[in-house]
Amino acid sequence: MAETNKKDIPNSNDNNGISRRDIIKGLATVPVVGAFFYGWYKKRKLENLLRDSIREEITLDNENPVFHRKVSTEKQIRLGIIGTGGRGRALLKACGFLRPEIIDGYVESAKENKTDKRYAEFLEQEDLNIVINGVCDVFDVHAEFGMKACSNIDRLPSDQQMSPFPKRYKNYKELLAADDIDAVIIATPDHWHGTMTIAAARTGKHVYCEKPMTWAVEETYEVVKAVKENNVVFQLGHQNRQTESYFKAKEAIEKNVLGKVNLIEVTTNRNSPQGAWVYNINEKGNPKTIDWDQFIGPAPMHEFSPERFFRWRCWWDYSTGLSGDLFTHEYDAMNQVLGLGIPNSAMASGGIYYYKDGRTVPDVLQMTFEYPDKGLSLLYSASLASNKRRGRIIMGHDGYMELGSDMKIYADRGSSKYKKKIEAGVIDPTRPIFSFTPGLKQVDAITSATEQYFAGRGLLYTYRGGKRVDTSHLHIKDWLDGIRSGSEPACNIDRGFEEAMTAHMGTVSYHEKRKVFWDVDKQKIV
Amino acid sequence: MKNNLQYSKWQLIWLVVLRVAIGWHFLYEGMVKVVNPNWSSVGYLLDSSGFFKEMYYSIASNPELLRLADFLNVWGLIAIGLGLILGLFTGIASWSGIVLLCFYYLSHPSFIGVSYSMPMEGSYLVVNKVMIEMLAVIVLLLFPTGRQIGLDRFIFIQKNN
Repeated sequence: MAETNKKDIPNSNDNNGISRRDIIKGLATVPVVGAFFYGWYKKRKLENLLRDSIREEITLDNENPVFHRKVSTEKQIRLGIIGTGGRGRALLKACGFLRPEIIDGYVESAKENKTDKRYAEFLEQEDLNIVINGVCDVFDVHAEFGMKACSNIDRLPSDQQMSPFPKRYKNYKELLAADDIDAVIIATPDHWHGTMTIAAARTGKHVYCEKPMTWAVEETYEVVKAVKENNVVFQLGHQNRQTESYFKAKEAIEKNVLGKVNLIEVTTNRNSPQGAWVYNINEKGNPKTIDWDQFIGPAPMHEFSPERFFRWRCWWDYSTGLSGDLFTHEYDAMNQVLGLGIPNSAMASGGIYYYKDGRTVPDVLQMTFEYPDKGLSLLYSASLASNKRRGRIIMGHDGYMELGSDMKIYADRGSSKYKKKIEAGVIDPTRPIFSFTPGLKQVDAITSATEQYFAGRGLLYTYRGGKRVDTSHLHIKDWLDGIRSGSEPACNIDRGFEEAMTAHMGTVSYHEKRKVFWDVDKQKIV
Repeated sequence: MKNNLQYSKWQLIWLVVLRVAIGWHFLYEGMVKVVNPNWSSVGYLLDSSGFFKEMYYSIASNPELLRLADFLNVWGLIAIGLGLILGLFTGIASWSGIVLLCFYYLSHPSFIGVSYSMPMEGSYLVVNKVMIEMLAVIVLLLFPTGRQIGLDRFIFIQKNN
């Protein structure tokens, strides 16, 4: 304090208490608040102007899509499940049944890690009012896991009282013949899907079948016929049908936000043994615990092989390869958003380039599907030995869409539709003109960079009041709604036929090393 | 005692400018959050690292605590911002600002070997802009100006009377 300035200290000896000097100095910074709010107002006005003029162009509304049908769960539905391996047990969880040991693990983990909400979320999952009366699996260990899960009707840890085990059926035909089962979940290896769906439909049981719908081309027609003739409610296990962002994407396509869509790029990018179907071999698996003949079923006979049993996806004998297992996810999502249907032609190439472990299905695969009447190509590219994420892109003349658990739309620099707005600086082609993140209360044309960043990394805002819900749970619920109310499931038999035939076209092309075509009149791959 | 510090004209002017600028920044950060209905501190909290990350995670995982953290954040920022700009309850505003900035720094410390998914706009080794802002508010606390240029001047007069 180099120099003293006594006048600057408030003068308390003043009779009035407050001098003119006090007032000036006391209020000196008040105008700054005015300046702040003037700046604030100007900035908001500009942002709103930009947003409104983008909204003029893309008429997507701000509401989250509404897609939950309200169907009473009053009537209990009695289920059976065929196949209680990894996926089958995931579906049991989606139904509300989880082995107590798994819950113990969740509880333990939640003690260590406060952000682990798996048990809390599982408890919050809606009760679908179903009971599982029959479990069938050819492997004793998996059958036991399944029965244990089904007996835990109150979602309890292992020190609590469980209900009795449901009946275990050694053969799926016995389960399908049971009187106390109304509907079945099929989560077996691919080579059984068609055969079992046909048999289930013929006994009048409703079917939830895992994807892909069929393993071979010919049985696909039989599946459709059996489901339709017997009037059973069929749902194919593409749970993406319940993902909010896909509903919004569909709306954007319908409103022509992207302009003429001419190319769709979808990919699979995996790089781990698990991802490449080199699943663990259970040491308890042997000819005594595995009903090998029933496992083989419609497949060509082969001597007992634990590799083939536990890693069945690696052999065409039981599997549909990349096309049936992973492309079908991508295809069905695009079929949901764009209503693609079966392509005019398919061309595939690839090979076994990394996993030289005796498998017969390729680990790198490219497939091109042409839709000349729609004026677009669908391109699929997959690697099981590189993790580089390439996403899922729908490309139109006026814009492109990146679609995942969230959805972003960018204007194209060469767009005719957005030309004026891009030139005027209202639309910036490097930033999304529309983005949608499920769980947000509002959809906004302009969101902050940070918000985008978190959304892209799955650090979503849904923790706030909102709940995370398992899409498979919603998909099963959608199927049960269909059984209870007669409503059409999201991935019904017609969508299933399109899915199966499209995937088969890719596989046939791969095997025959030629371009294959879809004959619309004969409904055949030629 | 410290409230009677006497400054030269330029010392006083630049201390007040610093106070108003920091207040402006606080106010804007608060206002941005208040008008964004989707804003929540959850992403920021879950991106935490360093010695105290468990504490931030537990706030994020508890809905009540999260709501409280969000509320205190938004309205704290606005109140501190207005306090610093107007020189109103400058001491309390400075203290609160230091505490808040300290929370921010500890949730995302620029320690060696720590990385974040949230983008940083500069290059930092231990010292980052949050820390600098916090140190600046500490300076403002020790070199107060609210009772000379600010609404605290009136409160101070009343008290002395």
